[in-house]
This record gives sequence, C-alpha cells and structure tokens, in this order.
Amino acid sequence: MAGTTRTPTNLTQGAKADAGIGASTLRPDGTLKVTGEFAYSSDMWHEDMLWGFTLRSPHAHARILSVDTSDALAQAGVYAVLTHDDLPTEHKKYGLEFTDTPVLADGVVRHHGEPVALVAADHPETARRAAAKIKVEYEELPVVHDEASALAEDAPLLHPGRDDHHAHEVPHPNIVHRQPIIRGDANAAARRADVIVTGEYEVGMQDQAFLGPESGLAVPGEDGGVDLYVATQWLHSDLRQIAPVLGLPEEKVRMTLSGVGGAFGGREDLSMQIHACLLALRTGKPVKIVYNRFESFFGHVHRHPAKLWYEHGATRDGKLTHMKCRIVLDGGAYASASPAVVGNASSLSVGPYVIEDVEIEAVALYTNNPPCGAMRGFGAVQACFAYEAQMDKVAAELGMDPVEFRQLNAMTQGTIMPTGQVVDSPAPVAELLRRVKALPLPPENQWESAGQTADVRALPGGLSNTTHGEGVVRGVGYAVGIKNVGFSEGFDDYSTARVRLEVVAGEPVATVHTAMAEVGQGGVTVHAQIARTELGVQQVTIHPADTQVGSAGSTSASRQTYMTGGAVKNTCEAVRDKALQLGRRRFGTFHPAWATAELLLEGGKVVTDGGEVLADLADVLGDDVVDLELEFRHRPTEAFDIVTGQGFGHVQYSFAAHRAVVEVDTELGLVKVVELACAQDVGKALNPLSVVGQIQGGTTQGLGLAVMEEIIVDPKSKVRNPSFTDYLIPTILDTPTIPVDVLELADDHAPYGLRGIGEAPTLSSTPAVVSAIRAATGLALKRVPVRPEHITGV
Amino acid sequence: MDFLRPASWEEALAAKAEHPTAVPIAGGTDVMVEINFDHRRPDVLLDLNRIGELHDWEVGEDTVRLGASVSYTRIIENLRSVLPGLATASHTVASPQIRNRGGVGGNLGCASPAGDAHPALLASGCEVEVASVRGTRMIPIDEFYVGVKRNALAPDELIRAIHLPRADGPQQFSKVGTRNAMVIAVCAFGIALHPSTRTVRTGIGSAAPTPIRAKAAEEFLAAALEEGGFWDNGKIIPPAVARQFAELVSGAANPIDDVRGSASYRRHALGVMARRTLGWTWDEYRGNERSARCA
Repeated sequence: MAGTTRTPTNLTQGAKADAGIGASTLRPDGTLKVTGEFAYSSDMWHEDMLWGFTLRSPHAHARILSVDTSDALAQAGVYAVLTHDDLPTEHKKYGLEFTDTPVLADGVVRHHGEPVALVAADHPETARRAAAKIKVEYEELPVVHDEASALAEDAPLLHPGRDDHHAHEVPHPNIVHRQPIIRGDANAAARRADVIVTGEYEVGMQDQAFLGPESGLAVPGEDGGVDLYVATQWLHSDLRQIAPVLGLPEEKVRMTLSGVGGAFGGREDLSMQIHACLLALRTGKPVKIVYNRFESFFGHVHRHPAKLWYEHGATRDGKLTHMKCRIVLDGGAYASASPAVVGNASSLSVGPYVIEDVEIEAVALYTNNPPCGAMRGFGAVQACFAYEAQMDKVAAELGMDPVEFRQLNAMTQGTIMPTGQVVDSPAPVAELLRRVKALPLPPENQWESAGQTADVRALPGGLSNTTHGEGVVRGVGYAVGIKNVGFSEGFDDYSTARVRLEVVAGEPVATVHTAMAEVGQGGVTVHAQIARTELGVQQVTIHPADTQVGSAGSTSASRQTYMTGGAVKNTCEAVRDKALQLGRRRFGTFHPAWATAELLLEGGKVVTDGGEVLADLADVLGDDVVDLELEFRHRPTEAFDIVTGQGFGHVQYSFAAHRAVVEVDTELGLVKVVELACAQDVGKALNPLSVVGQIQGGTTQGLGLAVMEEIIVDPKSKVRNPSFTDYLIPTILDTPTIPVDVLELADDHAPYGLRGIGEAPTLSSTPAVVSAIRAATGLALKRVPVRPEHITGV
Repeated sequence: MDFLRPASWEEALAAKAEHPTAVPIAGGTDVMVEINFDHRRPDVLLDLNRIGELHDWEVGEDTVRLGASVSYTRIIENLRSVLPGLATASHTVASPQIRNRGGVGGNLGCASPAGDAHPALLASGCEVEVASVRGTRMIPIDEFYVGVKRNALAPDELIRAIHLPRADGPQQFSKVGTRNAMVIAVCAFGIALHPSTRTVRTGIGSAAPTPIRAKAAEEFLAAALEEGGFWDNGKIIPPAVARQFAELVSGAANPIDDVRGSASYRRHALGVMARRTLGWTWDEYRGNERSARCA
C-alpha cells in the first residue's frame, strides 16, 4: 500500500501556481473569496438596469381565481408586471427531467412560495412594493403532504394527465417514479438467517444552504436575443430549458457563468433565469434579480425527506443473508431530479456490502411540499443513514463488533451489485474502515484544564454554557457508504473542452475553454494543472465559462474532475498530437527521434521519452495556432429494468468511511462532535489540498444533517423556518477536527485513474455521528436530524 | 424615511419628543434586520451613534452604570469581574461581529423574550435609566417588560443607561440552543446569589411571553438557605433542595411549542440549567467563603 496514501501533514502546503497534476496548486479564487473581493453573481451591475422581483404563493395548494396587476403597474418606477398570461410562447413549463414546472403559476399553485407574477422596476424596493400591490385571489385546496394523502382514493392529483416518460409505468399518478430491484430470492435466503433485524428510519428535509443566493443579470441584445449572466451548475441544461420559453433559438440566448457562491445541487434547477430574461426582453432593459436569504429557501429544491423500511438477515457467524427495503422519497410539487434520485436510492440501498438476495423498492411522491431534487449525495444519503443504522443493529444482535461485522460483509472489486453490475475497480471498503478505526482516539475530557474552569467551547452547548461536564457521555460510531459518480442509467453524459495552444510574446500559452460551472469545487485550478501536465507549458489561461463552447455537463454527481477534467486531458492530448505533427513537418529531418521515439511536451520543449530535447515548443508552433474542441464521454451505462432493476447503471463508485467521536449532554440532549475522521479512496488526487477540502466540507454537511439541519414543513405544507436564524448550519464551533486519510487506488476506466470525490463523505458522516450518539445514550434514534427532544425524551 | 442623527443626548430627546414614532438605532443588529426584511418600515430612524456617552460605562462602589450602547464585546472584555452574569450572557450573543455592534440598550428596546441579556439583568436586580424632555426616571427591571416585545417606555422616552448592582456574589448564565454558537435561545436561565442581602435572584428567557423571574423558586431557595444556615456554614446544598428549586424554575415558565423547541423540552431544560447553575454558583460561593476564612 506504500505510495497510495497521503497523510494530512503533506496535504496542507499549497504548491506554486504553475504546477501540474498531483500538486496542491492554490485556487485562483481562494484569496479573493476569503477577503470578500470575489465578484459573485449578486454583485453584477449594468448601467440603466432594472430590478426584478417575484411574487410568490402564500399557500401550498390553491386555485388562483383572479390576478389584478393594475395597482402594481400604476406605481411610479415600475416597467413591467408579468403573469402566466404574458408568457410569449406555447412553452410555458420547464424542468430537468419532466417538463412539469410552470414558469409562472398557471391557475393553480402547488407549493408554498411558487412564483405567481414578476415585476421589473427601477429600484429593488419599488419592485417589492409593487409586487405587494398585485391582488391575487386564491381558493385554498386540500394538501397532499405524505404517502397516505398522496395515494388516498380521493387524493388530489398534482399533475393530472401526465405525459412524462415514467407516466405509463407508475402505480399512481402521484408517484413520480418507482424503481424496484429484485435479485436472488430474499424470502428463501431469509430462512437461512439466524437473526432478522428490521427498522424504520426517517430523514428530514435538508437544504443546500449555499451562501450566495440565486441571482443573475439578463441583458437584451440588439439582435432580439439576450445575454444572461448567472450563477448556475450547468449552463447548457439551463439553456435547453430557457430558450423555448422565450421563443428564441438557443444561439440567441448567450449564457455566461458569473460568480457562484456554492451550489451542492441547489442550482441544477432553474430559479430566476427565465424570469430575468422575460423581463429584459419585455422592457428592453437589463434586468437583475437577486433573491434574499428568505426567498432563497423558496428559490431552489431541497434534499428529499425520506421514510425507509429495512429488513436484514444474518447468520450466527456474521454473514448477511438478505435485505429487503422500501424507500419513500418526498419529491414535492414538481419532479425536478426525483426520477434519478429514485434510481440512486434503490440501486445504492444495499450499501457497500455483499448481499445476493434482495428485494428493493424506491418511490418518489408528488406532494404539495416544497419541491425536492438534487443535493450532494443524491438519494444515497438517505439510504446510507438507514442501512448503516441497520448494520449496527444486526452487529449488536449478533454480539459482534460493528466494524468487524461490516468488514466481514464488505464488498470488494468483483462484487455484484443488486443491479447485476460487477464492481470492476477497487472497492477498498474494509480497508477504509480499518484505517479510521486504527486512528488514536482523541483524549477524554478535553474541556478540563488544570486549575481552570471548564472550557465550554469543548463541551456540548459550547458558548451557551450549559454544562461544565455534568451529564456528558462520550460515544464512538462508524459508518461507510457507496456513491455513484457521474450521470447514470444510460444518460449520454459528456463534457466538452476547447484547448488552444499558441505562442504569445515568445512563450507557448494554452487556453482552456469549457462551460464547466465553477461552484467552488476547484475545477478551474485542476484544468490548469491538467493542461500544464499534458502540454508542458507554464502559462495556462482559463477562459470564462459560457455557452460559446459545447456543454460540460453538470457540476454535480461528483463528476466534473472525471468528466470535464477528462475532456481537458483528452483535448490536450489531441492538441499535443497536432503540435507534434507541426514539429515533424518543421524539424523532422533534423533528428531521427522525431520519427521513431515517443514524444512528450515538457517544460516548454519537445522531448523524447528518453529525455532528449528535440526542439522548443515555441519554435515548433511558430505562428501556427492549434485550436481544438472535443467531446469526452465516459463508458456508456444502461437504464435499470423497470421490473427487476437489473442493468449496468453506474459509471463508477466512490467510497468513504467515517469514525465519529461525540460527547452528548444526556440531560439536555445537546451534542458536541469531538472528532470526525474520514478515510476515502480518491483513485488519484489531482489536487490533494482540494481533495481534503472536499472531504472536510462533505463531512461537515453530513454532520449538519445529523444534528441540526432541517427545513420544517407544517401540516399545511408551509415552510416554517426559511432563514439562517432557524435553519441552522454548523458553525466552526460545531465543526470537529476532521483527520483525513486519502487512498489512491487507480480506477483504470477513468482519466488518471481518478475517482469522483465530492459526495461520498457526505453519506457516511451522518450515520457515523448518529451511531456515536446512540453509543453514548443507548437510544434507538431513528430520525435525523437528532433534536435535543429525541435524546431527553421530553 | 427620515434619518435623524442627533449630536447630543439633549438633541436626541428633543427629536424623540417631536417624533414619538421614531425608532432609535444604535448597533442596528436588530432594527436593520427588520428593515431589510421589510418587517418594519419606521417613518423616522433616530441614530444614536453620535452620542459618545452611550458607549461609556462607569464602575462605582456599589453599582455599574452601563451606557445603553456599550457593546457586548466591551462588556465581556471589561466588566466580567463586576458583572459576571451579564458578561457570560454577552458571550452567547450571536457572532463576534454582532457582539461588536450590539448592546444591552437594544436588547431592552426590543424587549424580545429571547434577548440574551434579560435573564442576567433580571437576576442582577438592575434599574433602567430612561429619559425624555420631561425628565429622567429609573425603571426597576422587574417592571420593565410589560408584554410580548413591549417595554415600559413612554413613546417619547429613550434608554440612556442601565444601573446594575456590582456583583456581591457568584452569578451564572446558561442558554440552550441547538447549535454550539451563534444561536437564538430555545430557553435561557440566569441566577445571581446576593450574599449581602441573603437573597437569590433569577431570570428566565424564551420561555414565557416576556422575560420573567422565577419568584417562587427564589423565595424557596432563600428560605432553605436561611433555615439551614448555609450562608454561614457554606455546606453543600442538599440535592433535594436543588431539585425543588429546579422544579420551581420549570414551573415558573410558560413556554410554547415552536420550530426551535417544544414547551415540555423548554420546561425540562430550564430545570436542568437551574440545578446546574445553582451548583456552580454555590460551589463558587463556598470556595470564596473558605478562602475568606483562611485569609
């Protein structure tokens, strides 16, 4: 295993900005973001611009009887008020997978906060006040808010007359999508079990809580088109949805990525994009829309809340015999990414374990709750919380150590997934668990210091000074998870990169142009590293991301380093070949190695694989410019069979394991996570510092779900805590030490052998923390986030 | 919206008399949030930041006069020894940035039951110095909170300072939130031992329509301490007494269920905090007594 591991100490130093892959090159946007100088999409300004504002529904389900915009239009400073009736074409809906989301409400509102009307005015406050003058008459309708109300005989249908591609195969029109997976014979296998353990689990609605709210600027063009500057995760997906609604060909909607303040899945769906364009085209003026924090909670989809039923069987000697599960995801009012989330939840529901006999069913519901869609972990998070709770429970039932039990059943390379797919690259599940378990435990009672009063910062409750050690019990818990990388189920997932190589002021310079959304993952850093490695140049310019180049796919599914990184590598290789052809034409007769040797570009020179320098790259290029735009695809996948769930559905799997050490104030139900150690296989760390950052960030987001983060929806499907006052995310005092152990076991199918890393740590973090709280308290704890009331029992 | 910036206290009082609906603003940590979210649209904002004296404090022999705008950061840094309860409470206020701006005057002005300073103020037995062009009066803290987010100020009055007795004994403050920093109180509790008068005072936050004292608990404890000669003998308080005190604190609360916590959890947590903070303050008192006797 030598050489495959990096310790945290050698990951903490940044490398020079001119390094290639494998170096911890510092991010170009890092210092700017920390010092507050980075320009986010909300900072944009255009001379003569107007401000857009969105009037939203106060009800979760209501018929719109009338809309009167006359008072709003009469207000000084107002340039336009738009409702559904003002939409310019017959395309009045959009959506990621189904086209089911109205641009503006079409006579019915289906969730709290649904957009009803738009205002453009010369000042944001004017726009807001004008919107308040729009008179909307609603007739409230009964809400569908859970499985029982969605499938009741007289249940209102969210989308009667569905014509989407899952409509004909779902058992009920309020089910967005259903994916069973049947493999082996779970009932027969259950008869071999010495113990059978069942459990019901629940995951609350988590929010991405990105710090930069939805915002963008639409500028009408002289050609009747529009230029849209926006913070998003996938420019071309936006474009595909925006253009038809505007009645414009895609080339007349020119999109440019502006500064993105985090995404985590919450920017996969459109928010203000179409609205700003409609207002700009209507008024002929640039229109900026910025949501405030309150509105942002209504402006994007959330993580699906889920209810999960599991049954596992095992033999006395600790081998799992079978698994049955049923996962119900609340998709809310519109489909968003629900079908794909169902595919993930079902196909990953068994976890990173070998179980040959399974019966799995996952469904997503249409309800009047807030729409749910993509969020880091995407269906795998919910399943992981449940199956890891089950692993602890089965181990306890068998009287086995929970880590040894997991290791005994851990999948390896060659394991067959419930979908029939063979895991054909390293799957070091047992090894990851071994590594986190082998770490020394943090010292006990760290709040005590000789002769001093307790350091409350190290205690549950923190600065709130609730305990000086009273009632505090320590617990340790483990979890491991499996996440797919890239888009699955037969989706044509590709990325495009354009690379230009030329001589500028005597130096060879590469320009990398992609449409990849840099949302904080560090792709722009890695692209430059790849170009330096492949082209042997020092200077690399990263062109702003826009739609003047082909699609880069989404910055999600842990896919961008694999996919757009792969596209940059692929295009660089083609550019290198062209450059070498130029070299052969110019200098081929001067040295036989031009014809016979493997040639590389290194340090601005053409060298043989033996290290002999043949020419300066600048001389090879001369006045020529090599400029190529190429698409890159991962190996194709297949859809899951709709009856059996069989199919080669996923491109790659990603694994992480956590050990959580928590201290719980058992009397008050408050939790301090003391340490959250993570081991993850990343295939190849292109930028080790960024890798550790991703793992620590994902780990912290998982901690948030474990102990505090939840959007609370009342029985009338209304959101009760749309603010950072009451939707709590971890502060630095809630964030523990996060030791990170990085494995680099190459996946031969992937560029550089790398593995997508962004999501896996979010999976196992949550169940590890809850397992540790269970260990400290002896409570069953079937729901996240764990609230103080769950621990105190009152 | 008119924005008035008086240069002196007298000018501020005159402005408030002329515009009784004017909303005073100092740190702005509450008022600006309300304005930004359009929860409130005052006709007139009265900016008190030019009035230097509001940022001053004075430590006297028996009392501390705390200017209404003295920031929580300054309280933590400078007044921990004389106002330990308020300093501990100040440390739980929001984030460092907010603590640099916000002060006790704002907490009193808003009179939110969740304001972090209130339990410590109630436990200290302070008085609030308010003034108008008509004159100055001192409002005992017990009479200050009159309803949900309502205080005893007349429309033309402004809060000038808080007069807090210097701590004559140990004080503690404890607050439950579902995060380990920067969190609004689910409920909070303050306690101050007053050995000079052989009394105990308490304050409860976020568990009733206004900040309140747990008077029955205070009286029970004072009687129990007196009866057992505890002030003099410095013995450990029997667990049964601590339990009864905790129960009476729980019983004093009148909490509601909301997104931050349930009413029953609030009652429970208040009991736990009451028992623990009593233990901490009494341990400190016994320690002080012992070292005093040794000296």
